Amino acid sequence: MIYIELFLTFFKIGLFTFGGGYAMFPLIQNAVISKGWITQEMLIDFVAVSESTPGPFAINISTYIGAEMGGLLGSISATFGVVLPSFIIILILAKFFIMFKENKIVKKCMDGLKPCVIGLMASSILSMVITVFMSSGITNMEIVMLFIILLLSLFLVFKKIHPIIVICVSALIGIVSGFVLI
Amino acid sequence: MLNKKQLSKLFLTFFKIGAFTFGGGYAMIPFIQKDVVEKNNWISEEELFEMLAISESTPGPISINIATFVGYRISGFWGAFFGTLGLVLPSFLIVFGLYLILDAFQNVLIVKYAFFGIRAGVIALIINALCKMYKQVSKRNLSYFLIIMSLLLTALFKVNPIFVIILSVVISLSLSLYIERISKK
Repeated sequence: MIYIELFLTFFKIGLFTFGGGYAMFPLIQNAVISKGWITQEMLIDFVAVSESTPGPFAINISTYIGAEMGGLLGSISATFGVVLPSFIIILILAKFFIMFKENKIVKKCMDGLKPCVIGLMASSILSMVITVFMSSGITNMEIVMLFIILLLSLFLVFKKIHPIIVICVSALIGIVSGFVLI
Repeated sequence: MLNKKQLSKLFLTFFKIGAFTFGGGYAMIPFIQKDVVEKNNWISEEELFEMLAISESTPGPISINIATFVGYRISGFWGAFFGTLGLVLPSFLIVFGLYLILDAFQNVLIVKYAFFGIRAGVIALIINALCKMYKQVSKRNLSYFLIIMSLLLTALFKVNPIFVIILSVVISLSLSLYIERISKK
């Protein structure tokens, strides 16, 4: 049944996302795209919607994918699934708060986790760029977009810009270059 | 011991935080600071920062972790439940509504082109998130090895990320335990 499958998939994603936000991207990509539920393009569009709406990214994206797969009930199953692992873990930790904080083993685990998440994200970005902007032969429009990615990334590293502004500006660039180039 | 007034206050406070913060995660912290620490005195400033540190080493979105933790501190399980529900509900309702609207506009040409550009913007945002994370990593050989290993395993060999996460933790943990044992001898 799709609702149970949605719940379990997002439960797994919630359980293995450390640091929240974009760190969950590789997991979503692996679980949701490999199942054929949505395409790379749709996933990126979901990210844009999630960034332009209030609330935690994880909630937004699971609500959206859940809706795409199974309407209102699908949304509820996916969101419930993504929240449940943190909810349970924090409930347990709230009881043993101090013990966890000063645990050396936890710290050592984190030393391995952070670089791993970076590698995973780099791999996600690669596969996104390849399937979204290079799959159907490289057209002028696609070259422009690759250039825009490079330019915006450089700009973002040096200057703090709100994600919503980035999305608005890139939408405008898309519209202009769409009508000029296609 | 269920205090209805307190539960509804918890729910409403986190509902407000959920409804007005864009981007989630760290963007929420100033709001949490104001409403949870300063206005209601539910937890102290230090507890909030300890909570942030813990959130980094536990799975799940930071804001969910904080809502659950604060709720639990104030009124046990049901506090955690209503705090978390309050935080989740606004995004859930807004995104679901937006989904219905966007679905109707998907084939309009201008929307199509806009999303073409937006995809480039989103990839730039993710690249930026990656750079920020990279700054937090301790610069040592093990880190570089794990970054490259995770990248290669998933990009070339299509290994499941969950397996790669577990593998990295095992490698880093056993290596540091091994080094500790050697240095003790």
